[in-house]
Amino acid sequence: MDATVTNTTSEGKTWGGGNKPLKASYGKLMMWFFIVSDGLSFSGFLAAYGFSRFKFIDSWPIADEVFTHFPFLHGVPAPMYYVAFMTFVLIMSSVTMVLAVDAGHHMKKNKVIIYMFLTIIGGAVFVGSQAWEWATFIKGDYGAVETKGGKILQFLDAETGKRVALADIATTIPSVREQHERKNGIWYDSEGALPTFSVEEIKAGFAANPNLLIRVQDLVPDIEALKASEDPTKLAKAASLEKTLVNVDGIGEKSILNREQSLLRLNRDAVGVVEGANLKHNEYGTPLFADFFFFITGFHGFHVFSGVLINIIIFFNVVLGTYERRGHYEMVEKVGLYWHFVDLVWVFVFTFFYLV
Amino acid sequence: MAHEHKLEIFRGLLKFKSNVTKIWGVLIVLSIVTAIEVWLGIVKPESLTENTFIRMKLLNWIFIILTIFKAYYITWDFMHMRDEVKGLRRAVVWTGVFLILYLVFILLTEGDYIFNVYDTGFQSWDF
Repeated sequence: MDATVTNTTSEGKTWGGGNKPLKASYGKLMMWFFIVSDGLSFSGFLAAYGFSRFKFIDSWPIADEVFTHFPFLHGVPAPMYYVAFMTFVLIMSSVTMVLAVDAGHHMKKNKVIIYMFLTIIGGAVFVGSQAWEWATFIKGDYGAVETKGGKILQFLDAETGKRVALADIATTIPSVREQHERKNGIWYDSEGALPTFSVEEIKAGFAANPNLLIRVQDLVPDIEALKASEDPTKLAKAASLEKTLVNVDGIGEKSILNREQSLLRLNRDAVGVVEGANLKHNEYGTPLFADFFFFITGFHGFHVFSGVLINIIIFFNVVLGTYERRGHYEMVEKVGLYWHFVDLVWVFVFTFFYLV
Repeated sequence: MAHEHKLEIFRGLLKFKSNVTKIWGVLIVLSIVTAIEVWLGIVKPESLTENTFIRMKLLNWIFIILTIFKAYYITWDFMHMRDEVKGLRRAVVWTGVFLILYLVFILLTEGDYIFNVYDTGFQSWDF
């Protein structure tokens, strides 16, 4: 480090360049610069997420109802447990990283090796979990129907109040809709995978089963408060909600339409079947939710992935004794800073995506 | 490479003998806070979801405050911000805090405005 600074003439002179007011090395300062700017990128993403969420504050998907899966526990609703596990894995790998840094300060090469190795494992487990979370999200679970206006209609069992999967609703109608293939098109375009069921099949099945209801994305407002107001539009809104909803008193829940209204909604508005989520369609609610999920957790997952790669490089340098010969383990400290930053970002993503 | 570590957290309430025990102590603190967050997220006590402060549910305020609490300990103890000089601490923290608060403020205000346009406009957005 000293090699980069000329100490002969500038020592002690405030403006001579020899003064180090922050008492941190060049490399560490640059890592902090990077962390601050990268932190601003992430806050830009999260603030944009907040913007979109405030824009659709009365119909945003409820995270607990979206992320309910845990590996190997099929059909058992386990909201949040898996993300909590992922959070713990990442915090744990942060701990092993800081232990590696500490061991580095004491020049204990073998301890640094062990702790770096554990950190890499933790990071890999986290990235793997992230991939699993994505796969589950993309695959979807119950499926839904999309309306002309891009709203999502989900299906419920009237008695149990539980979600019903498309496969349990649809009746089979011999389809006339064929997959458009590359060979048929003049421009050699092929279309994406067709959903398993057509809207007609869902409509027919829904009409045949009187026990089914439709759940829309809008959250139930405080209807008593609406009725108490003097504003005629609010009164009209309260009256129409009381006529159409089943769960009038479930403030903050997703609105469930009564049978009559459900049939009307489905037959009048439904245009497409959605299974799972991509950037354009999302069975859990507004497509923006999926977009932000992919971009924010994807950007973070990419950081973790690069962190693992950088950690592996540093790990091998430690094993080869590079830092032992250099006389200090500051490089471990610098990647440590990056690694903790990734953990720090996850703490915020966890809160704003899964908790709030 | 002389490294001095400050070994107390909670403003000196909790003192550790070595840096390693401090790290484990901080892990325990962070784990407890995460466990509380997850527990609150699953239980969602009604008293916290029905009451609001500045138009936000108390539960969400608690989540955000606990998150900042966790962020503080990650930065201060894992990233060794506690051992850095005041100038570096402030340069990093306040730059971020000011810019982020400003960004969040304008974007959320704007989002809320657009919500009102959708909500009270004459155009139907649900068809």
